[in-house]
Amino acid sequence: MTAAPTGIGARVKRTEDQRFLTGRGRYVDDLALARPTYAYFLRSPHAHAKIRSIDTAAAAAMPGVVRIFTGKDTAEAKVGSLICGWVVKDKDGNPHKAPGHPPIAIDTVRYVGDTVAMVVAETASQARDAAEAIKVDYQVQPACVDLARALDKGAAQVHPEAPGNLCYDWEIGVKADVEAAFAKAAHVTKLDLVNNRLIPNAMEPRAAAADYDAGTGQYTLWSTSQNPHVLRLILSAFVLGIPEHKLRVVAPDVGGGFGSKIFCYADETLVVWAAPRVGRPIKWTAERNESFQTDAHGRDHVTHAELALDKDGKFLALKVETIANMGSYLSTFSTAVPTYLYATLLAGQYTTPLIYANVKAAFTHTAPVDAYRGAGRPEATFVIESIVSKAAAELKIDPAELRRRNFIPSTAFPYQTPVALQYDSGNYPPIIDEATKVSDYKGFEGRRAEAKSRGKLRGIGFSSYIEACGLAPSQVIGQLGGGVGQWEAAQIRFNPTGNVQVLTGSHSHGQGHETTFAQIVSDKLGVPLEQIEVVHGDTATTPFGMGSYGSRSLAVGGSAIMKAADKIIAKGKKIAAHLLEASVADIAFENGTFKVAGTDKAVPLGQVVFAAYVPHNYPITEVEPGMDENAFYDPANFVYPAGTQVCEVEIDPETGTTEIVSFTAIDDFGNIINPMIVEGQVHGGIVQGVGQALLENAVYDKSSGQLISGSFMDYTMPRADDVPSFKVGYKVTPCPHNPLGVKGCGEAGAIAAPAAVMNAVRDALGPLGVRDVPMPATPLAVWQTIQGAQRKAAE
Amino acid sequence: MYDFAYHRAKSAADATALLKGKSEGRAMAGGMTLIPTLKQRLARPSDVVDLAGAKDLAGIKAEGGGLTIGAMTRHGAVATSTEVKSTIPALASLAGHIGDPQVRNRGTIGGSVANNDPAADYPAAVLALGATINTTTRKIAADQFFKGLFETALGEGELITSISFPKPEKAAYVKFPNPASRYAMVGVFVAKTAGGVRVAVTGAGPGVFRVKAMEDALAKNFSSAAIKDIKVPTDGLNSDIHGSAEYRAHLVGVMARRAVDAASK
Repeated sequence: MTAAPTGIGARVKRTEDQRFLTGRGRYVDDLALARPTYAYFLRSPHAHAKIRSIDTAAAAAMPGVVRIFTGKDTAEAKVGSLICGWVVKDKDGNPHKAPGHPPIAIDTVRYVGDTVAMVVAETASQARDAAEAIKVDYQVQPACVDLARALDKGAAQVHPEAPGNLCYDWEIGVKADVEAAFAKAAHVTKLDLVNNRLIPNAMEPRAAAADYDAGTGQYTLWSTSQNPHVLRLILSAFVLGIPEHKLRVVAPDVGGGFGSKIFCYADETLVVWAAPRVGRPIKWTAERNESFQTDAHGRDHVTHAELALDKDGKFLALKVETIANMGSYLSTFSTAVPTYLYATLLAGQYTTPLIYANVKAAFTHTAPVDAYRGAGRPEATFVIESIVSKAAAELKIDPAELRRRNFIPSTAFPYQTPVALQYDSGNYPPIIDEATKVSDYKGFEGRRAEAKSRGKLRGIGFSSYIEACGLAPSQVIGQLGGGVGQWEAAQIRFNPTGNVQVLTGSHSHGQGHETTFAQIVSDKLGVPLEQIEVVHGDTATTPFGMGSYGSRSLAVGGSAIMKAADKIIAKGKKIAAHLLEASVADIAFENGTFKVAGTDKAVPLGQVVFAAYVPHNYPITEVEPGMDENAFYDPANFVYPAGTQVCEVEIDPETGTTEIVSFTAIDDFGNIINPMIVEGQVHGGIVQGVGQALLENAVYDKSSGQLISGSFMDYTMPRADDVPSFKVGYKVTPCPHNPLGVKGCGEAGAIAAPAAVMNAVRDALGPLGVRDVPMPATPLAVWQTIQGAQRKAAE
Repeated sequence: MYDFAYHRAKSAADATALLKGKSEGRAMAGGMTLIPTLKQRLARPSDVVDLAGAKDLAGIKAEGGGLTIGAMTRHGAVATSTEVKSTIPALASLAGHIGDPQVRNRGTIGGSVANNDPAADYPAAVLALGATINTTTRKIAADQFFKGLFETALGEGELITSISFPKPEKAAYVKFPNPASRYAMVGVFVAKTAGGVRVAVTGAGPGVFRVKAMEDALAKNFSSAAIKDIKVPTDGLNSDIHGSAEYRAHLVGVMARRAVDAASK
């Protein structure tokens, strides 16, 4: 591959930004449909209540009301339950408890925000007016809100099908072997952690619009989906029974998702279901408070971990006990997140030979919890990197040194971990070397002393993360209980005049695929960037895709594009051989030109494409006309990005305020297609990780189940002035099993940053005798921790 | 948002006339609180009288050695006014740190003071500087104006027309913003005027209040050391997910000391 100015490795400005920055993006809410109606969903104000009755008579008589649907209507129409697509088997081999999730609650509401009725009216405002006139007689029940107590005897029960609120009790590793290793350990470090619950807050709220064509029986759903094909599959095969070929799902420009738009929600389900019943198109856009209440939340673990070390600081074994919150109902991939995307990562970058993890998933009367940027891997990294730094502090070993002592050596790849995964490639020591250099780790104690002279507490923290992304070999996914394949598909369609449409099943909702994917094709086929159009997000026009999440679009979707490009070249060679009167074996393709090896005979790709569409002089008996190839790519393994972040903070002990004064991230993402886009992904990820560490917290009132942090007045989103300029850099070990050698970069920042920040905060407060601080380390939390330490010191 | 009748007043007198007899009528200054409240359907006024066109309500005048600022003067105008910056720089600085640029270009001093949000910045300045609130019917001293959570001395249909501030000898405002909303979780305005030293606290309680113990100590010795050991009682202070009453009480001390230091510079 040669480095063309617009090809692989070039800092090309994002082509899609022209329309986004000039207000020409086209989102679901922008859609103009003829004679639209508008939906409003009446939502439960209670965390847990029986519905005694619903009276819609007054509401139905309100101005502009077209139809009102309740759970009685959807039950009578036999609308299916929303599904969870991943079966996790518990210790005893039984599948997880899977209580039904009706799109509209039938007789019980189970979280504040649960859908109670759907009002369809001429305007959105009229729909809302009418919803306020619906009389619901609730019998309020005790709610189970506190995760740490959800599995206790006497906790309020969420579903009769899940006694004790237990969804599953799952384990990985051999407990007895781990216990034996602990018995021989020279040192054991113990740690209790709460991984705080987060609310995704994509800039564009979820939205759906549906239209039904009674003439053809065709449904169209426009949705803010990260995976339109998967959404179609779920709605068709499991929930609504509409034949797949009669349902088109379009995900146009989508303003961010971070995982929250992977899932199939009640809202779009109901909009599609109701469209033929209303006989007109229906539009719905969430208001921000609905996003807070009903978008699937992220994280929310309570964990106890123990690390056994020998006298030299080598890790002998790790055991982890986690309670993971599922919320009230199982969202689409919820069960997989705290198991196969979490516990399988607990080896981190280390040679820890024995690992045991037990995960209990619990139902609570809160919003469903599912994948959110990083999905399981930030939780795993937070456990490992917190306990490693704590062990270093306890043993008075430099935290960078303790990590180096335990890194998997570069000669050990492919490396089989004790928790199922086989890491394909990596070289960790040079990454931490670079990170310590860039962050001037050597000079830190001087900076700490200088800060102390100003009354500030300065700390430094490391986080050496691994992630498994680029999901994934379909066979492996199947063995682990996943209900879908995890390949991607692409189509490269040349037009007779030589320009190209690249149709991809991957979906871009901020990642910049239109640029990155075009760069791949430009590089591979020698076509100028401006002659390449990347098309995505419409099941009617694009090849099947399994969705954009898990940092998989480039590694899997990009690889499918490479495979399709290979087919273009192979076909082109046959045509070129004919045009150049040479043997196919002698044709080479380079820089957009087919050449006869060892001669000056050549024909450019554009001319070959033209010949393919105007096959007058053409090997018509052997080669089909046209230049239009598609490919499916199923990866051979996950990809394993890794890196080290170093965060430096300064704490004002008087107020508890933490300022991030320096942040370094050195990553191995394999080969990089567009460094500018990768930097953007790293920056955004770090900010979300910093958000989790210092700012963001979804808080429910523990008795009433009301969402206290239900708006931006109380949910602290990171702002530009909360973070410094990041120092980012790369060390490259190409992925050995995909044609681009790429690993994925979308989640890395969010995966690693919470541990880096929290380790820095712990380090800053260490001199006061503090070993841990609750996350998020808000000013209040830090101040209270300092107060507690001072009280203890005074005793 | 529920439907309401919209009126645009040309003057304070016009606004008073428009509001007359409308029991559910609401005056709107910058609308920075009212509009979100309407959008969330938390208010249902019959009539909204927009004061944006009332030219007699806006503007900054030097008067009696101090300043009189029209009720409809935007935060941005106060923040950038050379008059305010030279006469009461602490007030200009306070205005320059309210909300974000959009809010500062819409929100008004009169609206903020009339609303008396317990976490608003301006009430601390009004109380600490011993300002006078001029209304369509009378003059009200700051000490008599603020009545607790969103309550003021304003009567039915009575509008603030302007606020008169004396020029302080020393003054500063330091706030600890709520991490999420960036409203004042604790804001302390310290001022030394001809009337004495005043310490006014916003954000910490149900409404702006003075800390007498600090005022007395500062009157004797205007230095942060003088108030180092003064503890603010936690009784009645706000407590929420961002700050307990104890934390707020502690922050009042920290912010007050920082304000005294800033005022002494």
